[in-house]
Amino acid sequence: MGKTKPILRGAEIFVRALRDEGVKHVFGYPGGAVLHIYDELYKQTEVEHILVRHEQGAAHAADGYARATGRPGVVLVTSGPGITNAITGIATAYMDSIPLIVFSGQVATSYIGNDAFQEVDAIGISRPCVKHNFLVSDVKDLAGIIRKAFYVASTGRPGPVVVDIPKDVTANTCAYEYPDTVDMRSYRPTVKGHPGQIKRAINLMLKARKPMIYTGGGVVLSDADAELTEFTRALGFPITNTLMGLGAYPATDPQFIGMLGMHGTYEANMAMHQCDVLIAIGARFDDRVTGDLEKFCPHARIIHIDVDPSSIAKNVPVDVPIVGDVKHVLQDINDGLKSIRERPDIDDWWRLIKDWQSMDCLRFDRTSSLIKPQRVIELLYELTGGDAYVSSDVGQHQMWAAQFYKFDKPRRWLNSGGLGTMGFGLPAAMGAKIAYPDETVVCITGEASLVMCIQELSTCLQYDTPIKIINLNNRYMGMVRQWQEFFYEKRYSHSYMDALPDFVKLAESFGHVGMCIEKAVDVEPALKEALAMEDRLVLMDFITDQTENVYPMIAAGKGQHEMHLAPGSEERELA
Amino acid sequence: MRHILSLLVENEAGALSRISGLFSARGFNIESLTVAATEDPTVSRMTIVTSGSDAIIEQITKHLNKLVDVIKVVDLNESEHIERELMLVKVRAADSSREELMRLSDIFRGRIIDVNENSYTIEITGNGEKLDAFLKAVTPELILETVRTGVSGIARGEKAIRV
Repeated sequence: MGKTKPILRGAEIFVRALRDEGVKHVFGYPGGAVLHIYDELYKQTEVEHILVRHEQGAAHAADGYARATGRPGVVLVTSGPGITNAITGIATAYMDSIPLIVFSGQVATSYIGNDAFQEVDAIGISRPCVKHNFLVSDVKDLAGIIRKAFYVASTGRPGPVVVDIPKDVTANTCAYEYPDTVDMRSYRPTVKGHPGQIKRAINLMLKARKPMIYTGGGVVLSDADAELTEFTRALGFPITNTLMGLGAYPATDPQFIGMLGMHGTYEANMAMHQCDVLIAIGARFDDRVTGDLEKFCPHARIIHIDVDPSSIAKNVPVDVPIVGDVKHVLQDINDGLKSIRERPDIDDWWRLIKDWQSMDCLRFDRTSSLIKPQRVIELLYELTGGDAYVSSDVGQHQMWAAQFYKFDKPRRWLNSGGLGTMGFGLPAAMGAKIAYPDETVVCITGEASLVMCIQELSTCLQYDTPIKIINLNNRYMGMVRQWQEFFYEKRYSHSYMDALPDFVKLAESFGHVGMCIEKAVDVEPALKEALAMEDRLVLMDFITDQTENVYPMIAAGKGQHEMHLAPGSEERELA
Repeated sequence: MRHILSLLVENEAGALSRISGLFSARGFNIESLTVAATEDPTVSRMTIVTSGSDAIIEQITKHLNKLVDVIKVVDLNESEHIERELMLVKVRAADSSREELMRLSDIFRGRIIDVNENSYTIEITGNGEKLDAFLKAVTPELILETVRTGVSGIARGEKAIRV
């Protein structure tokens, strides 16, 4: 006979289930519909609740926590505005396949549909931006649904799951038992790749003369960095990462030829355009990567490894599709390669790539007395030994961070690649710092993005999360300004930031340290000083060159080989 | 090209909106959609008639399979299959037209299921083309109302779609 199951209230079941799931941190904000739950959280110490200042911040913080650790992030918000505020954060996680479990309070079951106070159809509103969602209509289902939510969020192609819990469900009682296993007949993700397809892929790779490896966030999500490195080194092929894939292969390795896509390196994009075999791993052929699909990799036979079958052949036809978890598939490919001695001769291909690399496409003016944003990030990279956790917001600073901070390890680079959510950086850095209090965590941002979730500075003080904020302040929404300069004849329509706050005083008013850096010569000493203040949050306001643009650039709708290069670059035949 | 997709889905609140939401969010076409519980009350059977190139149909199938509530998706076009649709038509049936409508209903193997002084309600089953043909055969002014269920489909032979 098993031991008797305790009879618990829904709110107790909720907290017990989180404990049984091994949850250490919950990011949330209380409200009427979740008060029973908050009362239970108050009575225990195993699950630490982080009180954010806005529910969007809760979702981004849990998301940053998940990206940095690989464990699902947990969010708790109330009904109505609580869940609607969290939606941007949920959509951000959805686009980047980040495992998140968002618990939202709901009005009591008897009020649902009555336009009750703080009632919103959370299931309906979240449906298009979650992997799955659940409405708990009976306390007896609560523990099982929580177990399923964690399972669905963190397996297969990960993603956010919303669990909507009416208030009466948290008050009702039933016997509690947390299920050991989950078996869902309608959800069984594929893990192992098809052996026949793997064999075909290996044969194709070995016939290549101009091979290219293109990997994305799926490698990071699958924790397959070691397998990817083994694979890439075994073949000696050039490799590029997407914005989401940075760090899955060491950026300082000679086989790495930089990020690809709209602001990728000249060599990575040219190699994509000219390759004869493309090995796409955990990447989804996003439009920011492919540019004009008609002109995408015109000479390549394509192998695509992905856990999500719907990502395969969605935008680009594929010759050898392999559905499976990237880590398992790469292990099988690596095993297959071990018994084959033959390696393709790609010396000519590397010579061509080296020639493209000699263009030095990320060059910028190093003599200017103005602060160049690229230089700030380069120095940050040097001073942190390339080992910091770096979050970013969205825009020019994000692209410079991706170009100039060389990530050698996965899960160090936290950015909203898919949805492109301004306001992500600060709360995401906070989430990462809460997960890893002893690590250096830096948020690289711009003055427009930073103010979108600035209220979380208050949370950072309350929970002692001394992150470093690098505000590349050019008094413009830089990327909008750049597009207006290139494509709208310099009509800078509403892309300027007038009436900015004094960021030093702003940081101080939140109880942190503020610094303003206006001269290029002051950048390095300021960074050193800030990084040395290990127990303080420092907001560094770098007044940067307003006219700096991100290069190279592929204009929307152009082919990968049709890049704008920095002014003064050597004229070359691009195609 | 027109495809008939047969789905087994969890008979749960929200499953239908997930499926219809997927079609609208991704710009896929729905010609008709029918759904009802099966002999197993936890499972619903759905028939979706859609159209698109092979690449689009492949994406529709993959995205449907990805939905957590969807247990199975089968494209009936891949094998021999039967499709049926049920239609109820209310027609004005007075004086001379009564005879003619009854004859027409017989020709199409319809049944008159409601009769009063001035109208008939006719039930007809068949594939979509047959129902269209019946409507064409009736004088347009006589048609008062039509209700169609949308297509239900099943594969020929012993092959069965089961959980």
